[in-house]
Amino acid sequence: MTTEVPSSSTERYRTVQESEEFGRLRHAVRSFVFPMTVAFFLWYALYVLLSAYARGFMSAKVVGNINVALIFGLLQFVSTFLIAWYYSRYAARKIDPLAEKIHGELSAGDTTDKKVED
Amino acid sequence: MQSHTLAAEVSTSTSRGLTITLFLIFVAITLAITIWASRQTKTATDFYAGGRQFSGFQNGMAIGGDYMSAASFLGIAGLIALYGYDGFLYSIGFLVAWLVALLLVAEYLRNSGRYTMADVLAFRMRQRPVRTAASVSTIVVSIFYLIAQMVGAGALVSLLLGIKPDTTFLGMDAGTAKVATIILVGALMIVYVIVGGMKGTTYVQIVKAFMLMTGALLMTILVLAHYKFNLSQLLGDAAQQSGKGDAFLEPGLRYGIESASASATFYSKMDLLSLGIALVLGTAGLPHILTRFYTVPTSKIARKSVLWAIGIIGTFYLFTLALGFGAAALVGGANITAQDKAGNTAAPQLAQALGVDYLGGETGGAVLLAIIAAVAFATILAVVAGLTLASSSSLAHDFYASVIKRGQANERDEVRVARISALVIGAVAIALSIFAQSLNVAFLVALAFAVAASANLPAILYSLFWKRFNTSGALWSIYGGLTAAVVLVFFSPVVSGSATAMFPDHDWHFFPLSNPGIISIPIGFLCGWIGTVISKEDDTAKYAELEVRSLTGHGAH
Repeated sequence: MTTEVPSSSTERYRTVQESEEFGRLRHAVRSFVFPMTVAFFLWYALYVLLSAYARGFMSAKVVGNINVALIFGLLQFVSTFLIAWYYSRYAARKIDPLAEKIHGELSAGDTTDKKVED
Repeated sequence: MQSHTLAAEVSTSTSRGLTITLFLIFVAITLAITIWASRQTKTATDFYAGGRQFSGFQNGMAIGGDYMSAASFLGIAGLIALYGYDGFLYSIGFLVAWLVALLLVAEYLRNSGRYTMADVLAFRMRQRPVRTAASVSTIVVSIFYLIAQMVGAGALVSLLLGIKPDTTFLGMDAGTAKVATIILVGALMIVYVIVGGMKGTTYVQIVKAFMLMTGALLMTILVLAHYKFNLSQLLGDAAQQSGKGDAFLEPGLRYGIESASASATFYSKMDLLSLGIALVLGTAGLPHILTRFYTVPTSKIARKSVLWAIGIIGTFYLFTLALGFGAAALVGGANITAQDKAGNTAAPQLAQALGVDYLGGETGGAVLLAIIAAVAFATILAVVAGLTLASSSSLAHDFYASVIKRGQANERDEVRVARISALVIGAVAIALSIFAQSLNVAFLVALAFAVAASANLPAILYSLFWKRFNTSGALWSIYGGLTAAVVLVFFSPVVSGSATAMFPDHDWHFFPLSNPGIISIPIGFLCGWIGTVISKEDDTAKYAELEVRSLTGHGAH
């Protein structure tokens, strides 16, 4: 980065990184985004694999001309919308307050090194 | 319904005139916005990041405008119209991909970067080698994407304006019109970027997204109304008119084709999986998408903009489903392939058919056709402007300022170099597109996604989440993933050795798949890991800074 960070502030970042509070923030983020990524990827992979190898199942008609493949495809839309909505709710409740608190504490200590200009 | 050909004699001239008028109105409006934006563009932050003042909704629209290319609008509607269900597979991959951007990339990139993808990749690394690598991969991805879009624009112009091989338009035959279109599109994108910077480009994308969504919504409503909102009946008609029967509604007409040869079947199915993976993992590594996250004030708004983008893009792909099946049902497979074998005219043909039936006969058909054709041109312009901006930003901010000037460049020079870069990249893209116009370059979009997924995404994810990652790892993953994807495609049937190849008369292919992702993405991740562990560099202090800043937003630009 072009930002020059004095060594004192490097120490500060390390202290924050090792703090129990930041550990909770990291846990709140990682315990949500990693499993959720694995979940939606597997769900999508299942859909692609079924399209490739389970043609009979995907071709089964459910209502009129609407078959399993179409419903499965539309469910991918539904799951994408739901995951996006659920993540935004989760982030607002569990991630943002922690992130803002730590950010606030860090900024309070910013008096020595001036905030980098944009 | 009667068969409608795109160039129905009566309406051709009306429609052509109207298309051009509407397109000129779009150009006039966007140029006016661009000039206005140029007055607000004073600092580097204004030029690269639009002043970081866009709202979540505005940026969500702009992301949609940047992402929904002509390949998605005309291409996917055409794929669905000709191959039915398999076209839908494409749009699902393009949409699900946004979850990677939402969960793993957008907010952290916004918090820790400034103008380009390389800001995050080089955060805790040695600046010069990593920025060079990031710049190379940014430009490769963007140029591939640009050529595909511009050649596509050239091919579309004769179809959308109805210039037949033996006729002329304004004294130009179809071939000249193609070249003229490529030059016009190229010149406009250069102007948008040089004059308007990120602010101008963003507004162009917002206007385009609005036009595209409105046009697609209108057509979707007409299609659904035609079938009294009975989806099953629409599908049944589409299957029948496509000439493919029930197979039209099932996977397997285009991807994962089952044939008598067991190995051909195996490779075709592998190709389907490979494409599926590249689509989902590529989006969050596309430089012109990543730079969009810098145009909002905070990471929370970056998140909001991705949420809007998911809503807009998802809705749009649902529209294309209705458009594709609607075109199959109301225009018919035979009429579509008669216009364009690849099906790119399915959506405009459907517009004409719907206009004839619902908006007052031939004139209505000509009007709706003209609107959709103008939307298609607007779509191409907005996407190429985004690509040019992302690559010229990287050339100026990463290569010029950090590599050549070693971080000592002043802001004004940097922006000047960015503008010159836009001119150079635009000119190169125009030249390459004219050279490539007679070649089949449709595979370049898929290749751009494959490179983004194989080279950029591993480096971004390792940078943000892996403490041990270092300079060597970043270089290995970028160059390794990039080389793997490009080399595999070069030796694949899309470049040589098949009837639809870029060079159909030659054959040097030995890699059996058209899509390299299933091999090159794991190579990118593996290279990143190997490169990291063989190097001793392990800057835990810089990682502490990156991790704290990316998660909390402290010190964000």
